[in-house]
Amino acid sequence: MDLAKSLAKNRFARLLLKDWGKLTVIGIPYVFLILLFTVPFLVVLKLSVSETDGIHFQDLSTYADGVVDIKIKLSNYIFLTTDPLYIETYWSSIKFAALNTFICIFIGYPFAYFMARSPASMRPALLMLVSLPFWTSYLLRVYAWKGLLDDHGVFNNLWMWMGLIDEPIKMMHTGFSMTVGMVYTYLPFMILPLYANLVKMDLRLLEAAKDLGATPWKAFWLITVPLSKNGIVAGSMLVFIPSVGEYVIPELLGGPSTLMIGRVLWDEFFSNNDWAMASAVAVTMVVLILVPLAIFNKYQADSGGVRGV
Amino acid sequence: MANSPASAAAKVDDSRFVRIDRLTKRFDEVAAVDDVSLDIEKGEIFALLGSSGCGKSTLLRMLAGFETPSVGSIYLEGNDIAKMPPYERPINMMFQSYALFPHLTVWENIAFGLKRDNMPTDQIAERVETMLNIVKLKPYAKRKPHQLSGGQQQRVALARCLAKSPKLLLLDEPLGALDRKLREQTQFELHNIIKKVGVTCVLVTHDQEEAMTMADRIAVMSEGRFKQVGKPNEIYETPSCRFVADFIGNVNMFGGTLEVDQPDHCVIDTMHGKFYLDHGITGTQDMPVSVAVRPEKINLQRDPPADPQYNCLRGEIADSGYFGSFSLYRMNLASGMKLQIQITHTERHGELFQRGETVFATCAPDSLVALTT
Repeated sequence: MDLAKSLAKNRFARLLLKDWGKLTVIGIPYVFLILLFTVPFLVVLKLSVSETDGIHFQDLSTYADGVVDIKIKLSNYIFLTTDPLYIETYWSSIKFAALNTFICIFIGYPFAYFMARSPASMRPALLMLVSLPFWTSYLLRVYAWKGLLDDHGVFNNLWMWMGLIDEPIKMMHTGFSMTVGMVYTYLPFMILPLYANLVKMDLRLLEAAKDLGATPWKAFWLITVPLSKNGIVAGSMLVFIPSVGEYVIPELLGGPSTLMIGRVLWDEFFSNNDWAMASAVAVTMVVLILVPLAIFNKYQADSGGVRGV
Repeated sequence: MANSPASAAAKVDDSRFVRIDRLTKRFDEVAAVDDVSLDIEKGEIFALLGSSGCGKSTLLRMLAGFETPSVGSIYLEGNDIAKMPPYERPINMMFQSYALFPHLTVWENIAFGLKRDNMPTDQIAERVETMLNIVKLKPYAKRKPHQLSGGQQQRVALARCLAKSPKLLLLDEPLGALDRKLREQTQFELHNIIKKVGVTCVLVTHDQEEAMTMADRIAVMSEGRFKQVGKPNEIYETPSCRFVADFIGNVNMFGGTLEVDQPDHCVIDTMHGKFYLDHGITGTQDMPVSVAVRPEKINLQRDPPADPQYNCLRGEIADSGYFGSFSLYRMNLASGMKLQIQITHTERHGELFQRGETVFATCAPDSLVALTT
């Protein structure tokens, strides 16, 4: 009772008591992001600029005799810009991610369009079919492609049996196999936001376009596509960002020609055991990819897109 | 602009500008529009009036090309357009929700149809300017639709479908999305613009006032058919059936039988009294007939009339409402029926009737309508 009274006197405590519900709701995502994103990122950032003897990392700042000594080691970053391996890998990662994003748009857009225009009673079933792959582990599904695309995999055996080819086509461990795996894995992330956007579209706008002389094809390009811009952007983000740092698919389906930054990262951490270098690679990736995207997103939000769509 | 002077001149020659011939549209065996025929003159504003589900919107959508008729033809200047896709028809429609393209500016919305016709850029600019002037929206050309008020959006929608100088303009509940106050003002504006441009126009509405003030002719629709087609005053003063009399305005209706039927008059006997009408009907003795009378065509008086045999009802005032320019009364008849009466106050100190008063309601023989169907 006394405790409660003294609490009630304190303004901050009163606020806490009064608005605890509100604070919890806002607090959970903040705590989550700070603990699981900000703190680990700062740890990695610190590792990338610390002096190390290979096992122990030194503190960034030391205090002795009234002098604060701050040491930031940039050699890892300088090395990144001088070694063509890293530059090529970053470039190749972005290229594969972009290719994956474009293929996902080309396959996903008609897919989402078909779903959004199908009878309302069928849509839940179609949505379930799109999300059905999530019921199996992503690792297993990627692994399954190995069995399909291998030199002695299902496709090659079938084609040879049919007499279409005399010797197996090399598909596994190429850019092709990796792209197939990436598109297969990330397609739902493109379809779902596109579907959510297209299903909300006012179909009378298409009627109005036709009424004003636009053929169905013109109406699609002039009305449907521009109005689904937000869905295309959202889907592209969801596909592009994780594709850049993808590790499992390049590891299982990729080959020597498909350098991806995720694999380099893994090698630095666990083969070379150079944590400082690995951290620098990771931080650079975040800065290179996320910062431009964040600016792009901000610009999108400011220009307002289209209200109500 | 360009097409405005043409309408008046061609009016006489082209009396069958739009011809709807035995048009039927079935959805799953239910006829939304059922064997409907209609001619619309050039330059005319024609209203399809009815409650929701009467088929008026389906008919409009068939004119626009969004629905294909199950049976029948639509002729525009003699050409059957029933199977022509909407983007090839010289017909433009203003949607109830306006259906303005949200990602385009006002200017681009109006230019959309012109660009589809591959009009040269400078002509498009000129035409859009003209349209913006007509609907008085020039300062708003660069705005997006969501930055406009409801009334402004409606004018953009109108400008957009007039820009292509359509041969036929379709309006789907043109004032339906506006609030009450804006409606009355917009109603006249819209009417003036359409008349100024001279375009032939078919509008769909469930609001009888809208239909009466906007249209040259009205078709009252019910269950996919036309109940009556005529000028607004014809529909109001000489309804052809009970449905129309009841649907348009307020009406008092008495069921009875035909007692006397002469070419110049008839007498109808009802349980409320006998009615003498100054027009004959082609009927047979004792057939069931209804007498309809509008509330404003009834007079009230305290003293019994000189000749109480016909067109006189005795009763007691049950309710009264004073509206300034007129009063509304409800009167209980001995038969149990409630009579609606509207008395216009033409004098400053005219008589008002009080609740509970016993009064006589009379009406002239030419104010009554006999309805057989």
